[in-house]
Amino acid sequence: MNRPKQQETNEYDSIIIGAGHNGLVCAAYLAKSGKRVLVLEAADTSGGLAASREFHPGFHASVAHSLSHFSSKVASDLKLSEYGYAATSKTLATIGLRTEKEPVVVHAGSLDGVSAADAASYQEFTRLTQRFAKLLQPFWLKTIPRIANASLSETLTMGRLGLNMRMLGKKDMREFMRIATLPARDLMDEFFDDDLLKAVLSWDGLVGSERAPRSPNGAVLALLYRMGGESRGEHRVPTGGVSGLIDALSASATALGAEIRCSSPVSRVVIDGNADGLIATGVELADGEKLAADRIISATDPQRTFLKLVGVEHLEIGFTNRIRRLRCNGYVAKLHLALNDLPEFNGLKQHDGRMIIAPDMDTMEFAFDAAKYGECPTRPVMEVLIPSVHDAALAPDGQHVLSAHVMYVPHEMQGGWTDDARDLMCERAIDTLAEYAPRIREQIIHREFLTPQDLEKDYRVTGGHWHHAEFALDQMLMMRPTYEAAQYSTPIPGLYLCGAGCHPGGDITGAAGHNAASEILR
Amino acid sequence: MTTTDPYAGERLKRTAFYARAKELNIRDAWAAWNGYKFAEYYYDAEYEYFCVRNTCATYDICPMQKYEIKGRDAEAMLNRMVTRDVKKIGLNRVAYCVWCTDEGRMIDDGTIFKLADDRFMLTCGSPCTAWLEMSVFGFDDVTVTDVTDDIAALSLQGPTSCATLKKMGLQGIDTAKPFDILYFPFQGDTLMVSRTGFTGDLGYELWIKKDLAIEMWDELYAAGDDYGIQPFGEAATNMARLEAAFIMPAMEFNEALRTVNFEHDQTPFELSLGWLVDFKKPHFSGRSALLKEKQRGPKYTLTKLDIEGNRPAAGSYIYSSKLCTKEIGYVTSAMWSPSVKANIALAMIKTDYLEGNLWAEIYYEKELRQYSRVARCTRKTKPFWAPARARATPPPDH
Repeated sequence: MNRPKQQETNEYDSIIIGAGHNGLVCAAYLAKSGKRVLVLEAADTSGGLAASREFHPGFHASVAHSLSHFSSKVASDLKLSEYGYAATSKTLATIGLRTEKEPVVVHAGSLDGVSAADAASYQEFTRLTQRFAKLLQPFWLKTIPRIANASLSETLTMGRLGLNMRMLGKKDMREFMRIATLPARDLMDEFFDDDLLKAVLSWDGLVGSERAPRSPNGAVLALLYRMGGESRGEHRVPTGGVSGLIDALSASATALGAEIRCSSPVSRVVIDGNADGLIATGVELADGEKLAADRIISATDPQRTFLKLVGVEHLEIGFTNRIRRLRCNGYVAKLHLALNDLPEFNGLKQHDGRMIIAPDMDTMEFAFDAAKYGECPTRPVMEVLIPSVHDAALAPDGQHVLSAHVMYVPHEMQGGWTDDARDLMCERAIDTLAEYAPRIREQIIHREFLTPQDLEKDYRVTGGHWHHAEFALDQMLMMRPTYEAAQYSTPIPGLYLCGAGCHPGGDITGAAGHNAASEILR
Repeated sequence: MTTTDPYAGERLKRTAFYARAKELNIRDAWAAWNGYKFAEYYYDAEYEYFCVRNTCATYDICPMQKYEIKGRDAEAMLNRMVTRDVKKIGLNRVAYCVWCTDEGRMIDDGTIFKLADDRFMLTCGSPCTAWLEMSVFGFDDVTVTDVTDDIAALSLQGPTSCATLKKMGLQGIDTAKPFDILYFPFQGDTLMVSRTGFTGDLGYELWIKKDLAIEMWDELYAAGDDYGIQPFGEAATNMARLEAAFIMPAMEFNEALRTVNFEHDQTPFELSLGWLVDFKKPHFSGRSALLKEKQRGPKYTLTKLDIEGNRPAAGSYIYSSKLCTKEIGYVTSAMWSPSVKANIALAMIKTDYLEGNLWAEIYYEKELRQYSRVARCTRKTKPFWAPARARATPPPDH
């Protein structure tokens, strides 16, 4: 304490904590403008939740299994195509599975497997949602203004949002304001009759969050956020899987001069003080090594950054309390199956889509009801992908990987996440799968089930939450993660955030890393 | 037989000294403090005030909030909460402290008693549990316990207070320096005595297990009989503390966590408590805001005023001229001081105008008619009342 800041030149301008995709994006941009950047990653490989792992000999999977709105600006700025990332891969059909009849298939603006009336409503639904998504799209790649004391450019950002809204015309603007915070259920009930269709179309407003169809506060905004890319919310599996993107990002960052060091867990951010106050001057690794830099940029989640790495003794009490009460309990578990053959789903001809198992919104709601009281849902809902169909290298010849996001699975399990509890939840997920793919059990060579608590432990993300902090109105825009840290800088000079806990939020978009780099370079 | 009181939860609690206090409260002048039945005065406020200044008197501080803060991280936790350097508080010493919001606005003031390297007592005027709970978060080994109901506390103030305690048998009490803590055996238990108080005079505060409160009272009153001992209430306290220029919540400052309007709370610098803010110590909550405040200078400054005439300037506005055209502040507390023989007041005055002329517009009533006059004010730099005996060790004997 009270030591003057080191005057000698540091080896690095910036140290980034965490080589998740946002850390890599931020590193690449900083390196691109000539900064000396070191990225420190605790795991033995970069990528975080997007990293690919061998979960059974010969079988690979990553927690994140598709992309919906990775920024095309980031991809082109960082020349990711030169490093193997194909931005143009075809989009996935979103398929609502039925146990007997034909599935509902949503793909490229068309809709099959529903009544003519629903198909007609879908046209108006897409017109509106795509209009609204376009309205919001420019703001995901911008720093959001402070509530007071905004800079000119920040004020312009706010002004532009207002203008864009007004440009919708009176009717659509009013409709936007009305539906923006609607629960998914109300929106779907207004438009559609088919129970499965409603569940499928609300999925992307809910997955990854502490939110079911009847929850207010953000389902529509989350949906619009995910529709903010050029594929308008349709998902894709890039070449080499999601980890193909990570490989491209790592290669780009490295080529631009950033150094990425894996197996280097940071145990704390070194905070020094002088008469002017505190300043972040470096990091200390778990093995005791100390590294200094002018700037420390954390790509890990806000709670982990402030409460574990910085320490409350360096923070104001009110600020600490706002970080402490961030909502960041994950509700998604991950199921990986190694299969000896391609699974057969009832009525499904192609396996290259994104299959939703959620017969109706009530089933989703009941699953959430169980989870929010710390119980395993008897009938979980899930999103299933067969990544090995897209990339044969993920499994041995003729064999396959099934990857499923299983909801709603609590982070805080009554009685704790014992092995028995995990097995029970895994069995229920497979039982549910078996309703749609009756032969699945015979095909399983190996299973892996990661609860939100496993994700927290294995990937060092608080609550095992996909988005580092719940993506909802109270934690969005200038409130993300909280005021005084919502513009990528923090109350401690020299310390920045660049992860999903910042604006605009989670998923694999690169936006937070991009925005943080712009803010740092400003 | 059971009787059920439908208002049980609404009734004021009784302090550990109630059995004695109610006998002496011959005017039944009760008020409330933190949910306790509490004497506004016992017989006559001025009489009690004169006892504080001329003999000695007791003030029941059981209702004051007391928190025990314990654990390896207790010091670090407190040091991050308050603006003074807790590391500098010696063992068995007391320090007056304030604590602030992130924005540097004052939440409350109070005292920290260092009872061991890993054990402190924090006292303050009103409950602070929520803020303490927030302040504790993130520290591994620290617990906060509200011990307000477990400890009986009695303040003994006045020139004969030391003599009374000696007579009571507290050998060596005269060696206690201001802000020292001493311990004495008492009926098989321990009586803690700190040389502290809220009157600006020689005085002590006595801390004992609740069960022994009455025994302690009786021994103290027996010893003090020849020294003019008398209970005093809130009204006399308020007079004494104003002479000492001590601040009161809801008078000089509005607790930040209970303030709704922007900047209707205060910073330590505005309250002339800048000396309590230590920028050389480790980080504390509100530091950066307070550093800015220090560099910029406070908007208002709490100022001691000697006002001409004898009409107390309660509630007066302060102006920069006798014409009362430019309002530059407001009086927070005012009284005719019998000891100083002056018309004194504390006032919040816009710092920019401190050096100029200060005039108070005083309203007063005389037999139902309202009058006003404009009186010249003179700034005072020292407390109005600060007798040498308040600091002398040993204090003068009686």
